[in-house]
Amino acid sequence: MPVLRWIRRNLVVIAGLLTLAYMILPNIVVMVFSFNKPKGRFNYAWQQFSLDAWKDPCGVADLCGSLSLSLQIAFWATLGATALGTMIAFALVRYRFRARGAINSLIFLPMAMPEVVMAASLLTLFLNMGAELGFWTVLIAHIMFCLSFVVTAVKARVMSMDPRLEEAARDLYAGPVQTFLRVTLPIAAPGIAAGALLAFALSFDDFIITNFNAGSTVTFPMFVWGSAQRGTPVQINVIGTAMFVLAVLMVLVGQLIASRRKSNARN
Amino acid sequence: MTQQQQTAGGDVRLAGISKTYGSFTAVQPLDLTVPQGSFFALLGASGCGKTTTLRMIAGLEEATTGTVFLGEKDITDLPPYKRPVNTVFQSYALFPHLDITENIAFGLRRRGIKSVKKQVDAMLELVQLGDFARRKPHQLSGGQQQRVAVARALINHPQVLLLDEPLGALDLKLRRQMQLELKRIQTEVGITFVHVTHDQEEAMTMADTVAVMNGGRVEQLGAPADLYENPRTTFVANFLGTSNLIEGEVVSTGSDVVVAAGGGRLTLPRERCSAPTTSGGRLLLGIRPEKISLAHADDADSIATGRNRVTGRIVDSSFIGVSTQYVVESPAGTSLQVYEQNIDRRTGLLPGTEVILHWNPAHTFGLDADQDIDAGVESVEDAA
Amino acid sequence: MSLTEAPPAPPADPREPVLRKPSTRKRLVPYWLLLPGILWLVVFFALPLVYQASTSVQTGSLEQGFEVTWHFQTYVDALREYYPQFIRSLLYAGTATILCLLLGYPLAYLIAFKAGRWRNLVLVLVIAPFFTSFLIRTLAWKTILADGGAVVDVLNTLHVLDVTSWLGWTESNRVLATPMAVVCGLTYNFLPFMILPLYTSLERIDGRLHEAAGDLYATPATTFRKVTFPLSMPGVVSGTLLTFIPASGDYVNAELLGSTDTKMVGSVIQSQFLRVLDYPTAAALSFILMAIVLLAVTVYIRRSGTEDLV
Repeated sequence: MPVLRWIRRNLVVIAGLLTLAYMILPNIVVMVFSFNKPKGRFNYAWQQFSLDAWKDPCGVADLCGSLSLSLQIAFWATLGATALGTMIAFALVRYRFRARGAINSLIFLPMAMPEVVMAASLLTLFLNMGAELGFWTVLIAHIMFCLSFVVTAVKARVMSMDPRLEEAARDLYAGPVQTFLRVTLPIAAPGIAAGALLAFALSFDDFIITNFNAGSTVTFPMFVWGSAQRGTPVQINVIGTAMFVLAVLMVLVGQLIASRRKSNARN
Repeated sequence: MTQQQQTAGGDVRLAGISKTYGSFTAVQPLDLTVPQGSFFALLGASGCGKTTTLRMIAGLEEATTGTVFLGEKDITDLPPYKRPVNTVFQSYALFPHLDITENIAFGLRRRGIKSVKKQVDAMLELVQLGDFARRKPHQLSGGQQQRVAVARALINHPQVLLLDEPLGALDLKLRRQMQLELKRIQTEVGITFVHVTHDQEEAMTMADTVAVMNGGRVEQLGAPADLYENPRTTFVANFLGTSNLIEGEVVSTGSDVVVAAGGGRLTLPRERCSAPTTSGGRLLLGIRPEKISLAHADDADSIATGRNRVTGRIVDSSFIGVSTQYVVESPAGTSLQVYEQNIDRRTGLLPGTEVILHWNPAHTFGLDADQDIDAGVESVEDAA
Repeated sequence: MSLTEAPPAPPADPREPVLRKPSTRKRLVPYWLLLPGILWLVVFFALPLVYQASTSVQTGSLEQGFEVTWHFQTYVDALREYYPQFIRSLLYAGTATILCLLLGYPLAYLIAFKAGRWRNLVLVLVIAPFFTSFLIRTLAWKTILADGGAVVDVLNTLHVLDVTSWLGWTESNRVLATPMAVVCGLTYNFLPFMILPLYTSLERIDGRLHEAAGDLYATPATTFRKVTFPLSMPGVVSGTLLTFIPASGDYVNAELLGSTDTKMVGSVIQSQFLRVLDYPTAAALSFILMAIVLLAVTVYIRRSGTEDLV
């Protein structure tokens, strides 16, 4: 049977595409339901097409406030985690020092720990210190759990860097500062950027740790969580869809520029 | 333009310089003078300390003891970016994020020179890469990258140019070509070149003076021909080209030393012995393969008198083109090497043939017998 | 004079040979680089664990305050009361991990070897869901798996639900609020964490190895078993870890897609901490979860022989 043979030959491709469909399906649902006009408080069943939510994305109380708060926290957490993580990555790759094993474990452990454990233990610390839960406690927590991921991303890049490049710079009259700015940083940049991007995504989308340590402060994921109990406004889907489209567009434009640049360099 | 810089320079002088890492000594206390304007090669197997020595001149490695002088100036404590010395790195270390022009201009820019265009163009001209100014390093071939690395260093008019295995990554043919190229550039700019290599042919082709390093110290230093003809240690004898080493006992000394070895007697001039000779003492005799002639055992009578002779049997022969290389087993030593030029096609020298090896006694050199006879012999692993 | 015989002579330099040590400032550079980040981790990651350990052996009440009394009974009580949630967590997380591996491997393989010029597009599609908040996407599963929805209808018609209901994974005619929905959500949420490491290690495999295996009489299936899969082990190990660890502590899927019968231990910790305010029990539960996960991870890494994973 030719059909069966074709299926057998392309089994991997078929299975892979099915998985891909499984991964994309919820995004499509989110998108479609951003045009829904639900009856009642929950937006789970299709009723009729409407542009209402798109016309008024901030029409729900606190939604856009929580979004802006999440963006702010993600921005500062990215900045902090990237700076601290990059320094650690450089120290780990470039220098010999005592307690290397202990430091490596300290960086690995947060990644090998269920989020809820970190969230709960951090809360006990804040409670014991009598800290007021809110923006700052969330920011502290986010920098903490993003740090390890940044270290891992930057470390990979720095490890593949030829240390002779920096020696060459020093040999060519660049002092320590110049060497770092002109050679080390530009070459390590893709790794640092990858780490920062990861940190931003992790921080922006974090729920569990934030849920424990935010007190009454409401970030965007917490808003969504709360609305799942009280009623889901269509605007949530609008914002989800907008973020998705925006991000995909950014990736595509980035790819386009990169390939354009590549072909330019070749000519 | 290079002339003014050059006169301000001087010899590179290393005084008691050494380097230890923990308990490991990479370079033993070392005294070395590299004359201004010379092409100087540090030759040795990997791990012999040659690169460490080079890096101490560059300032990339801090010397554990000793002093580095450039002319009269002590530069030991200067960081690399304050030394008038530039390096061509192994595998070049070109900045991947900068194009060729910016790579070459890097040193000038760091010293605050704004208008670099003319000098960069002149350099690109010198290394014949004018058309590649705006390419990125990864878009160039190995040979081109190598030339960029040289240009990037030379544009700064260093007093000394250090080259760390600069041709190691190139294939054989390109390597030969670049050797001549580098030699041409050195003659053209007249700067002192210190060249580190493990390739003895490369060192001998290019350098005026070669220092052979082994185990963190200089074994012997001299002009290439001098090192080849008069090695003073087994390491140098084996590492530079190939040597047949025959162990024997000194029978008599005079202006000629006579040695009993392998059931016969061999002579050599006294002045070619680098070891003390006393009657009854042991001595290593060395002879280069190309200096030996081969004769059928039957033709023994036709060999001129006064030549050193050793009898043996051919165990292997390989036709190389220019020459034929024989391996001969003899009582004087197993697997003696003989290279014979293919001037006339000789027949009859097949494996199994009984032969007599003979050579001019003046071509023999004598070495201290207390050394490892196989020191410096390239093993299969080292060849890579 | 022979140079080899020369003793390690004192340097010709008239000055005494001065031993130079790397300057103190230089030696301290790595410590300065490490200090802020490591301090952050010590204060906000390690120290909290200590506090949590101490909280778990305290007794008292909110009003009167808590005190360390080394009351280990809390652990016993917590385990006795919540062991079903622990078992459920490990079971759900384990099932989701295996499903992720089974679903993710073909896709990672597809991207690495079969996608050709579509590779970047497919990669973007794998990462793209990340850009929408995972809570919103998880809520979308409520729509997809809704009672009387297309998915349930199809499964019903194919009598799949009869089988799964018999196994206890679903209830008759229902997927939502059953273990299957929770596992489905977990699998969905952590699939990218499986696919990306798998892809990274598959992509490193030289395509010529497949040809070499074929040349040496291996069928495609044997090639996969003997060459491709073993070489992708680092990806399998880090992928399964990156899936299992967060899945075991997750409570979002259980809360949004499940029912009270599918609560995982994360839910319990959360409600003890934030609603019941029984801190010792919550801390003890959290500590037990941490111990189980760390133990499992350590054993797993040892077993798979990739200790240089870190």
